[in-house]
Amino acid sequence: MKKNKDITTRSSVYKRSASSKIEGKAIKWILLACALLSVATTVGIVVSLVVQGWNFFMEVSLWEFLTGTRWSPILKPRAHGVLPLVGGTMLVSIIAILFAAPVGLGAAIYLSEYAADRVRRIVKPVLEILAGVPTIVYGYFALSFVTPSLQKVIPNMIVFNALSAGLVMGIMIMPMISTLSEDAMMSVPRSLRNGAYALGATRLEVASRVVVPAALSGIISSFILAVSRAIGETMLVTIAAGATPRLTANPLESIQTMTAYIVQLSLGEAAFGSLEYNTIFAVGLLLFFITLIMNLIGSLVVNKWRQKYE
Amino acid sequence: MSSNQAQSSLFPENLRKRKRFGQIIYFLLLSCVLIGIVSLLILLVRILFDGIDWLSWHFLTNFPSRHPEIAGMKSAIFGTIWTIALTGSFTVPIGIGAAIYLEEYSPKSWFTQIIEINISNLAGVPSIVYGLLGLALFVQWMSIGRSVLAGALTLALLVLPIVILAAREAIRAVPDSYRQASYALGSTKWQTQKYVVLPSAMPSILTGVILALSRAIGEAAPIIAISALVYLTFIPTNPLSRFTVMPIQIFNWVSRPQDEFRGLAAAGIIILLLILLGMNSFAIYLRNRYQKQSEE
Repeated sequence: MKKNKDITTRSSVYKRSASSKIEGKAIKWILLACALLSVATTVGIVVSLVVQGWNFFMEVSLWEFLTGTRWSPILKPRAHGVLPLVGGTMLVSIIAILFAAPVGLGAAIYLSEYAADRVRRIVKPVLEILAGVPTIVYGYFALSFVTPSLQKVIPNMIVFNALSAGLVMGIMIMPMISTLSEDAMMSVPRSLRNGAYALGATRLEVASRVVVPAALSGIISSFILAVSRAIGETMLVTIAAGATPRLTANPLESIQTMTAYIVQLSLGEAAFGSLEYNTIFAVGLLLFFITLIMNLIGSLVVNKWRQKYE
Repeated sequence: MSSNQAQSSLFPENLRKRKRFGQIIYFLLLSCVLIGIVSLLILLVRILFDGIDWLSWHFLTNFPSRHPEIAGMKSAIFGTIWTIALTGSFTVPIGIGAAIYLEEYSPKSWFTQIIEINISNLAGVPSIVYGLLGLALFVQWMSIGRSVLAGALTLALLVLPIVILAAREAIRAVPDSYRQASYALGSTKWQTQKYVVLPSAMPSILTGVILALSRAIGEAAPIIAISALVYLTFIPTNPLSRFTVMPIQIFNWVSRPQDEFRGLAAAGIIILLLILLGMNSFAIYLRNRYQKQSEE
């Protein structure tokens, strides 16, 4: 260390004085502060939701909120059971994942096991464009194209419904599943595939009995993350799925999701501090926890798989 | 592997049948990819078809109006420019700073790990939740009001994880020999970062920043929570002005039942997609130019 110092004091280009040492320390602290801002963001989210939600739970019991089956925070008689919103969210997300899981996985298998390099280099960016389209555009697409098209097949379907919102959501999250699953399959060692070929397996058998099982945790994790994305998605369901909080399993009906409710109430500019205003924080808190838990499970599953292969 | 013992039952003998079955599945898998591509094509063609008639010069220079023939998105376009300019100026220095810290300074400790886990979890928080954060923290508690500044701060937090992840990857890709050469010349750690690491990582950092900002341009949900208004006929004059952005103006038009407003919404989407296309092309151009340079 001492020798080092000698060299630097001799050089005229880089002067290392006491002040530059302090500067180095200060810069380190500034950079650390930048990194800590992300932690502060998480704390900020939790604090703002909990504090504002607290005002709500002073008037409505947590039990009533979580188990009530009627949601009518503005029209009297008022009711604050969140289950219709949760049910609406689940309905749309289930439709989306039922569409996106097989299609996304199929696309991933094709890209990872079948496609020539040239094809993959064109197809992957195209699918990524799908993932980059703003969700407001998907909302427009659902309302002005998918719903009218579905109405030709199902004549008694109403304009705002869970089915077309769910299907378009499926198109939206499909690239996420195909990208993440493909990454998982690409990292399955070549030797496993070669072993299976040596045993006389066909290409499909290698893909379905060797590669997919080996990449299964990555694939499952991609499904979980995609569902979490669907649960948090806002504009698409606000536009296409309706604004009727209703506990139903019928995809042809109009429903309301948690996110769409938050938007609906925000548009009304409710007075700060009123009970209606505080409902959005209670719903937001629930939404935050649901997606957080799903994301944690998703990354836990994928981390386990990483340990296995590295 | 238990499959070895069960080998004969796992792989039936009839090869021709198995290969034909494989062919059928191959077409199924191919059709999965085609579903994605065809959906994108239908979406783009449909929007172009719906909106092209409504595109005109005054669509860009007029304020929104009850009369669809003269309605435009001037206030939304200016709102978006204001918002994104502010968002970028907050998120870029902080994101790069955090990335430098995590890649170059941080000790390998539980503390660093917490920051890393936290960042990857933040990337999965729904955007509307960020809107609620901004509404409580900036609009209400810090009394910034439903302003451009509040919206930009919220979007800055929203895209911060994306910027940090992109910047970290870019910094990690700078060869270690560069750093060692710099140290060998007697530079301090910060001089190495400032004159060696950052300049050579900058093109990829910029690519990531552009992609993050194009995400911010398309976001509507958090801005609705912040701004509430969807109909404005003035442009922001300072960071504390009220504002609207392009996706919200589009949302406003989509939610009206008349066909004319649907046409306007499609026209607005075309403009929005053109901006995103421009930004993404620029990002790709930067990446390619950088790749060429590093090959030379």
